[in-house]
Amino acid sequence: MNVQNAPDPKIPVPRGPLPILPAQRPASMVEITMDGKSVSVPQGSTLLEAARSIGIDTPTLCFLQNLTPVNVCRLCVVEVEGSRALVPACSRQAEPGMVVQTHSERVRLSRRLVLEMLVSSVDISTAPQFQKYMRRFGARPERFGEAAPPAATDERDTAEPGHHHPPEAGAATVAQPVKIDNELYVRDYGKCILCYKCVEACGVDAQNTFAIAVAGRGFGARISTEYNTPLTDSACVYCGNCIGVCPTGALMFRREYEMRQAGTWDESRQTRTDTICPYCGVGCTLTVHVQEERIVKVTSPLDQEITQGHLCIKGRFGWEWVNQKK
Amino acid sequence: MDLHFTGATPAAEEKAAVDGVPLAAIGVRRRYLLPFLHAIQDRVGWISPGALNYVSRVLDVPPAEAFGVADFYGLFSTQQQPPAVAHVCDDIACKAKGADRLRAELQKAQGPEGSSKDGKSTWRRTPCLGLCERAPAALVRVAGERHSEQALAPASASDIRAALQGTQFTPPTLRASVPQMGQAGLTLLRRVGQVNPESLAEYRASGGSLALRRAFEMGPAAVVREMIESKLAGRGGAAFPCGQKWNSMLSAALPRYLICNADESEPGTFKDRVLMEGDPYALIESMIIAGFATGCEQGYLYIRGEYPLARRRLEHAIRECRTQFFLGNNILGSGTRFDIELHVGAGAYICGEETALMNSIEGKRGEPRNKPPLPTQVGLFGKPTIIQNVETLLNVLPIVTEGGKAFAAIGTEPSTGTKLFCLSGHVEKPGVYEVPFGATLRQLLDLAGGIAGSGKLQAVLIGGAAGAFLGPQDLDTPMTFEGTRAAGAALGSAVIMPFDDTVALREILIRIASFFRDESCGQCVPCRIGTVRQEEILQRLAAGKPLLSHATELVMLNEVGQAMRDASICGLGQTASSAIESALARFPVFPGEPSEANR
Ligand SMILES: Cc1cc2nc3c(=O)[nH]c(=O)nc-3n(C[C@H](O)[C@H](O)[C@H](O)COP(=O)(O)O)c2cc1C
Ligand code: SF4
Ligand code: SF4
Ligand code: SF4
Ligand code: FES
Ligand code: FES
Repeated sequence: MNVQNAPDPKIPVPRGPLPILPAQRPASMVEITMDGKSVSVPQGSTLLEAARSIGIDTPTLCFLQNLTPVNVCRLCVVEVEGSRALVPACSRQAEPGMVVQTHSERVRLSRRLVLEMLVSSVDISTAPQFQKYMRRFGARPERFGEAAPPAATDERDTAEPGHHHPPEAGAATVAQPVKIDNELYVRDYGKCILCYKCVEACGVDAQNTFAIAVAGRGFGARISTEYNTPLTDSACVYCGNCIGVCPTGALMFRREYEMRQAGTWDESRQTRTDTICPYCGVGCTLTVHVQEERIVKVTSPLDQEITQGHLCIKGRFGWEWVNQKK
Repeated sequence: MDLHFTGATPAAEEKAAVDGVPLAAIGVRRRYLLPFLHAIQDRVGWISPGALNYVSRVLDVPPAEAFGVADFYGLFSTQQQPPAVAHVCDDIACKAKGADRLRAELQKAQGPEGSSKDGKSTWRRTPCLGLCERAPAALVRVAGERHSEQALAPASASDIRAALQGTQFTPPTLRASVPQMGQAGLTLLRRVGQVNPESLAEYRASGGSLALRRAFEMGPAAVVREMIESKLAGRGGAAFPCGQKWNSMLSAALPRYLICNADESEPGTFKDRVLMEGDPYALIESMIIAGFATGCEQGYLYIRGEYPLARRRLEHAIRECRTQFFLGNNILGSGTRFDIELHVGAGAYICGEETALMNSIEGKRGEPRNKPPLPTQVGLFGKPTIIQNVETLLNVLPIVTEGGKAFAAIGTEPSTGTKLFCLSGHVEKPGVYEVPFGATLRQLLDLAGGIAGSGKLQAVLIGGAAGAFLGPQDLDTPMTFEGTRAAGAALGSAVIMPFDDTVALREILIRIASFFRDESCGQCVPCRIGTVRQEEILQRLAAGKPLLSHATELVMLNEVGQAMRDASICGLGQTASSAIESALARFPVFPGEPSEANR
């Protein structure tokens, strides 16, 4: 089935090349040593894949199987003999004879510090995976001191790169007001760890709309439309693929955001049902999240063969009529 | 691409500025993004939404991406600002020479940083402008149809104000930057100040083009052999053996590209500026030889945006060389084809990192790439690319004319040839000095007339902000790759910046920390946030207000440093703590706590 020939021309479909399906694995194998064990992986495998193949749990934040690795969070770093710095397991390919440590002092220190740096500067209240990682690596982000006051509306969006003003007191954070400019989803960049996933999903990795990009520099770097233009004036087509890949809840369905604000969001009372999207012939798998007989959110499994978890505006948001019928 | 635009439209002068940029018929169009943004910034003083839409449309780049690029670079303003802007250096060499006083005077006369009384002019702080030998320095840019840029050094508040009003000053001669000028025995500095830098004929009359002819006779393989034999190591900071790099290009796929790294933004470094201002044709000749030897037909010269004079000289030289068969399709009748495209940076230290520089030429944010693959495999526009520093390239001329063996006989066994050093801060005669490798720190300081200021040396910064501090007890350290390494430092970009005993080292350290915070590209967590935490810890220690105790702050500082060194993507994060750690290990920097050295 060719996506380009999808029957309804009004459905915004990806204009880029068809999603790349997992390539045929070449037969030749690479032998490496990991934590003292010898591991054999197909050529082209990453150290992360090698680790997973022998059950070593490697923490990741910016890696996602359906996106090109950007290797920016550095939580997955491992030690490779002969390499001065640590290397990112998510993108570094296994080379014959590599000797890798995934639990050394250096690895643990860097991972702990990466967590402490992120958690001391970003609101992780809707990113439960952090709690687990923090316990595992003994991270104590509070030691960097109390958080500095949050930025005012648009303050971070208008800062010029190059010369910050020295901090007055407290640990700098990315705290700022939530951006609510449309009916479908909100952007709470105080929760953004700058993993680049949304930018990739909006760009060549899935949507090819390029509504958002990384702007600014250093600690002022941020995800933005051009000149912080509201989404309604931007190129955004509300496919929600950025929401689908965001690991921290910085991008969130407006319904979920409002229910959380009202204190009515309760995952323990939600069901998740997989179904096939009825809108067009592509046939994406939808996971429908239902609370109190209302559809509160729609996701799509990443290992879904057809579009690898990416959807369009209808599949993602077009369910209000179901709720209305009730 | 199917792009969506906001309703903002460009003004006529913004359109005219973009349309006035000459375009080459071939190659990746997006590489015009920075040139277009420069044209708009130069014409109206900022990048407006309408102008950005126009550029995005012409280049078929999504506006959000183009904005992300414009907003990355310090010399592009995405907020409206007055057309005349003075960028006043508050970095470390200028600090030692009264930059804080200069700023206070400006503040009194012009109002606070970023403010404007008349809507026509303003001023702001900037990191090192590469004019440290004439500190304190400022760069004044006035946008308009006849836009002007001039470096003022030494700068006074009254000169800066006059320049903001349009007064043009005559730049001082290079003698102020090269105290050895005209002396016998110089190699790299031989022509600087002695031969007209704006005449190819005079360059050739002074021996220019001999090396190029020799290289054409020898052939590429022989040139690479001489390079290997010379044991020349890169002068840009990483000291990688050049011959090895050139050799690895020979088996690479075509096309291949050559880049000259003239981004020179390491605080305290100005040697490449002096070479480009003083001997631009020699750089072109070196690039042709490098291109010839490694099979590159296209060269790119990436010069930092804060070097207006060097850029004008190079623009002139490249134009002239093209008309005189010194660049183009048939250089000196040899049949060799080589041309140079000049790219101008826009205020981002990180763009000196080789892969960030490639992204910048490609019209992208200056974010370093992950290695491997190395640039010699996948470089500029995805093609095999060789990148060398300006000073490195200039060494190619004596290597070709005298031979690799003769070159290797100069200096020490591992550090061959002569070396340029950038002396600034508290020395009597600051400037660029050329000596054969092997001179000690003491000898170099003596060459520059000894310690200025109070005359009593407190500390010397070696290698720039990414380098390390040495103390009076280290004066006999040979300033070679191996000598500095043995002393726990690194030669880096050959900065030697002494501070007298009146300087508050903690302020210098905080300025260095703040530099890295500002210049981090922001891509990876250890550097983006680590540089912030590092600065905060230093601020607290300097204020005598540690969170728990002095000792716990030092533990945190140390751990942040280690994570940056170990887990950052590129050299910026990996070295962002090195100068600070070296100072804390050697000197009592903060009140109330003995340093390790005194314990
Ligand atoms: C943050 C950073 C900044 C750098 N800045 C420069 C620079 O301004 N000029 C330069 O020649 N090399 C710079 N380098 C080194 C380059 O990455 C590269 O090693 C060099 O251009 C190679 O040329 P060489 O071997 O001739 O030195 C920088 C490296 C880093 C990590
Ligand atoms: S919803 Fe997100 S991914 Fe989709 S077009 Fe808008 S910004 Fe891009
Ligand atoms: S908004 Fe979410 S997906 Fe985008 S960079 Fe931030 S954390 Fe990552
Ligand atoms: S180390 Fe710093 S400058 Fe280098 S890639 Fe990471 S954030 Fe960017
Ligand atoms: S998961 Fe590897 S760097 Fe983020
Ligand atoms: S020009 Fe001011 S420190 Fe270099």
